[in-house]
Amino acid sequence: MQKISAVAGVVILEMIRRKDVYVLFFLTALITLVLGSVDLFGDAKIARYLKEVCLTLMWMSSVIIAVFTAARQIPVERESRTLFPLLAKPITRSEVMLGKFLGCWLACCISLAAFYLLFALISGIREQHWPLANYFQAFWLHCLFSGIVVALTLLGSVWFTAVSSNATIVLSCVVGMLLLGRHLHKVAVKAGGIAGHFLDGLYFSLPHLEWFDVRDLIIHNWPRMDWTIVGQDTLYACAYAGCFLALACWRFRRQPIH
Amino acid sequence: MGFSTPIAITMTNCASIEPILSTENLRVEYAALSGSAGNSREPKVALKGLSLSVYRGEVFGFLGPNGAGKTTTMNVLLGFTSATSGKASLFGTDVRQPISRQRIGYLPELTYYYKFLTAEELLRFYAKIFNIPKAQREERIRQVLHRVDLEHAARRPIRTYSKGMQQRIGIAQALINDPDLLILDEPTSGLDPVGRMEVRHLIQRLKQEGKTVFFSSHELGEVETVCDRVGILAQGELKALGPVQELLAPGERSLEQAFLRIIGYQAQEETLCKKSPLSLAS
Repeated sequence: MQKISAVAGVVILEMIRRKDVYVLFFLTALITLVLGSVDLFGDAKIARYLKEVCLTLMWMSSVIIAVFTAARQIPVERESRTLFPLLAKPITRSEVMLGKFLGCWLACCISLAAFYLLFALISGIREQHWPLANYFQAFWLHCLFSGIVVALTLLGSVWFTAVSSNATIVLSCVVGMLLLGRHLHKVAVKAGGIAGHFLDGLYFSLPHLEWFDVRDLIIHNWPRMDWTIVGQDTLYACAYAGCFLALACWRFRRQPIH
Repeated sequence: MGFSTPIAITMTNCASIEPILSTENLRVEYAALSGSAGNSREPKVALKGLSLSVYRGEVFGFLGPNGAGKTTTMNVLLGFTSATSGKASLFGTDVRQPISRQRIGYLPELTYYYKFLTAEELLRFYAKIFNIPKAQREERIRQVLHRVDLEHAARRPIRTYSKGMQQRIGIAQALINDPDLLILDEPTSGLDPVGRMEVRHLIQRLKQEGKTVFFSSHELGEVETVCDRVGILAQGELKALGPVQELLAPGERSLEQAFLRIIGYQAQEETLCKKSPLSLAS
């Protein structure tokens, strides 16, 4: 575990010292601050709409941070050849991969914690209402979503050598799964035949990322979810992230490094 | 005159000692790229049955022209590439097992380190990978930084280092675990005369400390000075193996002359000389 956490530590340090992440981070924080604090005409609908815009922005930023942080890990290590002295040490490639995952995921969680904290503060001060359990559930499910995205991106990074192509493919897949995943079954029923079976196969095999999107809990101040559902979602995310990581480790172990 | 069979010279005093590094009939083939020379789909053979043993406390020079298979051998020893057939082991453990690398230090040809880290952070990171206990870690980092004379720059990012300093941080990371075997890939490549001398002195000091050093180099004068034995590789085959003095043929005064003879360079030169009038005429 010490080796995995050491690799993760370097990933987090790199993210802290890279300036480009700060741009996205501060931009999102600034927009959240502005949109979250304005109160147009005292209209609750407008306030809810602005909250939705802020949360959507946070989701977009988190996907970009997760994909672009994870996509560069292995390819950049190969390109800059820092992988050579690392793998010449008593560390397995699976440990390197798990360390990369842990580092990227923790980096995403830290960004999300900052976003949610800022949003909760602004929203709470304005509405004088502090649904902490709702915020925690939304934050935790968002972290789980990031875990699946990071694992998927790391899997892509051992198949596609170029960072840009991997990032583009993973971004398209994640957005597709988020927006269209829930409708696949309906389309499959309508299509029928082989196409229907194929779409049904996709529906049941792809991760349902939309299950982790509980922005409505915060936007509409709905009552918090049952904790068992959160637990089930956690297991679901662990299973998918675990599968993606296992495939990534398997592929990475078989690749010659030269 | 080239050699069709390897010159088999063994260290008589090492015959009964277990080798620290050994390869046995090591063969490495790479898949041919489509569209390569002659459109041949035959795999490229980088190593053709390499058998080699390096014993405790010796400095072993691994020589050969570019493309001879030196880097491939190191890549197999360090687990970067898998051998097609044959065996390779470090301290009696198969190189495919990461634990075989617990007692080695590796210095790559060029400086491949995380440039956003400071020297201290880089060494701390590698010390954790070696599972060096926390109590000893900081002391060990201080020692190696002192050894390579980088204490003054310990908290500066590596990207601000000069080339010589980067090479020294490379040496520091190779020594962080107090290794018994050092694998150095062209350690003096691109260094100025002072840097080369420092590396030479380091190798000599390591030898005095009883460490084993396995290194590849194109600097034959340097190899001659520091090596107990050398292995000369050409076209994936070990052409000669033994102490420098025993590799010299009568009339040869330097390792360079022996090296050129062993890799068959003279023969190629003669062929070229014979061919050139014809090629000019045509």
